[in-house]
Amino acid sequence: MDLKELYQDIILEHGKSPRNFGKCLGHNHEAKGHNPLCGDQVQIYLKLNTKQKVEELTFEGSGCAISMASTSIMTELVKGKSVNCAKNIIDEFLNMIKSGSEIKTKDLTDDQKIKIMSLSGVKQYPMRVKCATLSWHTLVSAMDGNKKEINTETIE
Amino acid sequence: MNIENIKSQFPIFLKKINGKPLVYLDSSNSSQKPLSVINRLDEFYKNEFSNIGRSIHSLSVNATNKFDETRMNVKKFINANSKEEIIFTKNATESINLVAATFGQQHIKKGDEILITELEHHSNYVPWHYLRESKGAVIKFAPINDDGDVIIEEFEKLITSKTKIIAVTHLSNVTGTIVPVKEIIDIAHKKKIPVLVDGCQSAPHIKIDVKDLDCDFYAISCHKVYGPTGVGILYAKKKWLEQLPPYIGGGGMISEVKKDKISYAQLPEKYEAGTMPTAEVVAFNESIKFMDSIGIENLIEHEQKLTNYALDKLRSINSVKIVGNPKNKAGVISFSIKGIHPHDIATILDEDGVAIRAGHHCCQILHERLNLNATARASFGIYNTKEDVDILCNAIENCRKVFDLK
Repeated sequence: MDLKELYQDIILEHGKSPRNFGKCLGHNHEAKGHNPLCGDQVQIYLKLNTKQKVEELTFEGSGCAISMASTSIMTELVKGKSVNCAKNIIDEFLNMIKSGSEIKTKDLTDDQKIKIMSLSGVKQYPMRVKCATLSWHTLVSAMDGNKKEINTETIE
Repeated sequence: MNIENIKSQFPIFLKKINGKPLVYLDSSNSSQKPLSVINRLDEFYKNEFSNIGRSIHSLSVNATNKFDETRMNVKKFINANSKEEIIFTKNATESINLVAATFGQQHIKKGDEILITELEHHSNYVPWHYLRESKGAVIKFAPINDDGDVIIEEFEKLITSKTKIIAVTHLSNVTGTIVPVKEIIDIAHKKKIPVLVDGCQSAPHIKIDVKDLDCDFYAISCHKVYGPTGVGILYAKKKWLEQLPPYIGGGGMISEVKKDKISYAQLPEKYEAGTMPTAEVVAFNESIKFMDSIGIENLIEHEQKLTNYALDKLRSINSVKIVGNPKNKAGVISFSIKGIHPHDIATILDEDGVAIRAGHHCCQILHERLNLNATARASFGIYNTKEDVDILCNAIENCRKVFDLK
């Protein structure tokens, strides 16, 4: 295990100054995520247009550097994508964190892939996986509009 | 007293964590075990194992005697009046649940009040919440000040004619506050209200004298007192154990069973249904011997010096903030570092072999009161040294470096 792999500069930087933080105007979807083990909370605000495209995506909440950075990076990468495309990116991200699989999607540029892969070090720290994945699960819930609060203890 | 010698009695400290010597600062969560306790478990299972109290054969007689010996020594350890007042449970949580359920069944009606404090661990709140749900009881929280001390005058004001029981921790697992439970018990008893003391954190760190405290109930988890997991203790005054209904029903807790009626066993068996954690109770006797071999005065002196040393050193680190500043504090230090989340602290410290806890430590009410989401916590056991504190402080400096804090 190497701490530098977990706490890469990009993660520390996003953790310190998260992008897309706050409530966006005109959001038409939202969802709440909660990690009862550590008290992390995240609220996702999503604006989908009539073509099911992510027009705005912001968040509020508090948590560790990993969770803040993960959420911040997620909002950057998913903004502008269609719901289908976003779900594909989320799947690939979750698989990367859980089983170390590669990011193959053509929907992300090389720079974006580097960004998402900066979170892959989390896989080495099983106790921290939920910090990284909470907001991604919460975004799925927001897109599906099922009003279900995401609780890290009840997701796989 | 030679602490290095004490550390050498704990085999876990031979282990390396991430290539570094283990600095175990999570004893409030659970303590490590001395070799004598581990060997006793091993020996009992290898050469002496049998269930207790049920059979006539030699092994069972021996096991029953050994089980009883622990009970006698627990009685001495906490200065109870008789061994009938010592009930073995699964842990302090079960001990508190036992009291809440049986006392609640007999004494709590709709609108009755249960008084606890803002310091309580969830295990001294949730069992009472069950009575709020099932009986319509009201739970009141005695407030604490910013230092983490219970405000006794406010506590007193919350006692009314409807207060049926008071449940309070002896030592906070977050702020390390040693609560003046004797004073609280005096106040309560003047108004004829029984008091349960959650002694989970206090039992390994301060002298417990239930006769002197005059508490009605006292709960202990043996795994925090250098003992095996799976064993807890409920001390209760005999008058309560005689009067209250049984808790868990089954074998061992009955006197006579007929199709139309059942009578229950005498104390303490009335509250010990089913097969008990026999080997663990027997091995806990070694934990008491270990505590006795150090001597509670020596233990308190060592841990107090260590706590003061750690507090001074931690306070001198930029951006470290200690949670609470109680009048009397034991070796439990919760802290935060501005700009670093406790989970990140715990991960980075672990890299240096330093084991701390991060989170709300099962005290959400207290964290909410102090406007904190989560904290990092270093807690001491008898095996910790000043060197451990130095390594902790260096590891915190490393944290600050990783996060590029000035």
